[in-house]
Amino acid sequence: MTTLDVHAAPESAPVAADSILFQPIAASSSGFGSLWEVVRISFGSLLANKVRSLLTMLGVIIGVASVVSLLALGNGASASITGEIEAIGTNILTISAGSQNRGPGNATAAQNLTMDDAKAIEALQLPVIGVAPQLNSNAQIVAKSADKNAQIIGITPAFQVVNNLTMQQGSFITDEHLQGANTVIVLGSTLAKDLFGNGQALGQTVRINNQSLRVVGVLTPQGGSAFGSEDDRAYIPITTAQKRLFNARTPDGNGYRVGSITLSAINASDLDALQSRVSMLLRERHHLKLDGSADDFNVINQAEILGTLNTITSMMTLFLAAVAGISLLVGGIGIMNIMLVSVTERTREIGLRKAVGARSHHILMQFVVEAAVLSMTGGMIGLLLGSIIPIVVTQLGVLDAPIDLQTVGVAIGFSLGVGLFFGIYPAQRAAKLNPIDALRHE
Amino acid sequence: MISLRDIHKTYQMGDVLVSALQGVSFSIDKGDFVAIMGPSGSGKSTVMNLIGCLDTPTSGEYVLDGVAVDQLSSNDLALVRGQKLGFIFQQYNLLPRQSALRNVEMPMIYRGVSGAERQRRALAALNLVGMGQRVDHRPNELSGGQQQRVAIARALAGSPSVILADEPTGALDSKTSSEIMELLRRLNQQQGITVVLVTHEHDVAAYAARVLTMRDGQLIGDQRN
Ligand SMILES: Nc1ncnc2c1ncn2[C@@H]1O[C@H](COP(=O)(O)OP(=O)(O)O)[C@@H](O)[C@H]1O
Ligand SMILES: [Mg+2]
Repeated sequence: MTTLDVHAAPESAPVAADSILFQPIAASSSGFGSLWEVVRISFGSLLANKVRSLLTMLGVIIGVASVVSLLALGNGASASITGEIEAIGTNILTISAGSQNRGPGNATAAQNLTMDDAKAIEALQLPVIGVAPQLNSNAQIVAKSADKNAQIIGITPAFQVVNNLTMQQGSFITDEHLQGANTVIVLGSTLAKDLFGNGQALGQTVRINNQSLRVVGVLTPQGGSAFGSEDDRAYIPITTAQKRLFNARTPDGNGYRVGSITLSAINASDLDALQSRVSMLLRERHHLKLDGSADDFNVINQAEILGTLNTITSMMTLFLAAVAGISLLVGGIGIMNIMLVSVTERTREIGLRKAVGARSHHILMQFVVEAAVLSMTGGMIGLLLGSIIPIVVTQLGVLDAPIDLQTVGVAIGFSLGVGLFFGIYPAQRAAKLNPIDALRHE
Repeated sequence: MISLRDIHKTYQMGDVLVSALQGVSFSIDKGDFVAIMGPSGSGKSTVMNLIGCLDTPTSGEYVLDGVAVDQLSSNDLALVRGQKLGFIFQQYNLLPRQSALRNVEMPMIYRGVSGAERQRRALAALNLVGMGQRVDHRPNELSGGQQQRVAIARALAGSPSVILADEPTGALDSKTSSEIMELLRRLNQQQGITVVLVTHEHDVAAYAARVLTMRDGQLIGDQRN
């Protein structure tokens, strides 16, 4: 723009120049010298319409409050899930029967993992704490005065070591039990209570599939985990499960199926090496061609699970944030709506300001600042409100959901962005108004 | 000070072209007090809008205080308005929620004048128009005549080259009208401020030193009182 000289052609000195009004005006007509004043004008008109300003902010308040609380809760939940998995151990490798995507230990899956496979893995003398084959099935457990459907897990004594199980009463399944396919059972603590009340479970008999089993042990409560309680399960020798209860003979009749084989590595860092060694062995044993026919078993690496779960939880958090973002968007549209109304209402004011010398950028700035102030203030209030639920939840000990700086940044940044984005259109409309028409506006 | 040469202004209304000004030429000297008269629709407001740099002519030349303003961009026109012109409107056009002082300061905000300087000038201008005792009043606490005085102070405060008033007494009773016209005459005579006003009342025009008469978009009379 060309800068115009106010005093381009002074004609003659003013007649009665005694008044300060005739001193040359000390003005810096640089574009942003008056920015602060324009911001003051914006604040002034927002304060003059307090109720309306508050209602306009409501959408942003709700949006930011939900972004903040959902982000905090989401992050808290994923940290808690990750923590639980890490507690179970990240050094576990589980080989399950069937091809990809079958649950570990599922007895009904296509079966080609056998007891002999487990023994062969054990014979490799790998650096593991234990090799624990298992065969799971659901069945009705019948006691004298109660019965219950429960998960029956056929195991070897190594299972106790691999899973850190401790006994409340009696003992765990032993090698003798295993060799003899003895009809003995170890109950989870809740299951024992369900079947025998507060009475003595040890030494009692229960029936599964018309087979009597003697209770030789009760586990101490293990507590819940992300995958349901381990306390309402029952454990029997895997041989008993294969031969007496669930008839798990292989199709060729020469061996017995297992649902899965769990390896607990001494060092978590060995997991990948163990995985490839075990896979190689099993491919060999299952006569899978080297040219790359698919595995007929499935190996789950606990470290991988952790990674997958992390991905899932962060996707969940992202999804929740997106939902919250939509309400923020709606809030932004609300701001745009009110700003458009405000521009229409104040057409005369805009016309006057332009007539007396306001340039387009002054008017643009005034309305953009108004929108930005509205949404920023809404963002701050939303941040405070949105912190309430995470703080309460954390205080109550339900979930550790801290509000981190990143969340605060996202909230403030988003609300400012929304204000600028949705404020610019109404502000441009205002800035483009023609002063003559605007002054005539009623 | 003001020099219009062969100004034409044509408005387009749908398919119809309305010729509001058809070759208007005149000059106004510094320190003059000019009234523009004429029947409704004769083009008075159109001429005032052009002089006031609120609009640009379809053709013709307009030089204001040494600056050829006829073909400036709208932002440059705004700059010229802020620096050289003071406006007085029929409807006063004060900002309703602001004090008289803030209203008078307002145009100077857009020139980047510092807060202290703005206030000094605004107070001087309010004193000059006899509103020095009412600087903290809001428009709705003032009578029509008082509001128009504040509006005059607003026009004065930025030391404009010209004060432009389109029917400044149109909304006032005759007693208040003459008070306002006395004020404008005093400002013109004592402070040497150039004043151009539009009116269709002879009583009002009688205060001016020179009367321009318009009809059908043309200047048909130019006489000194
Ligand atoms: N914005 C406009 N669009 C179309 N025609 C207009 C516009 N402004 C003024 N006119 C026309 O121009 C002529 C002069 O109008 P105006 O200058 O307002 O007259 P006055 O102020 O003397 O009453 C009138 O015929 C009017 O209808
Ligand atoms: Mg008119």
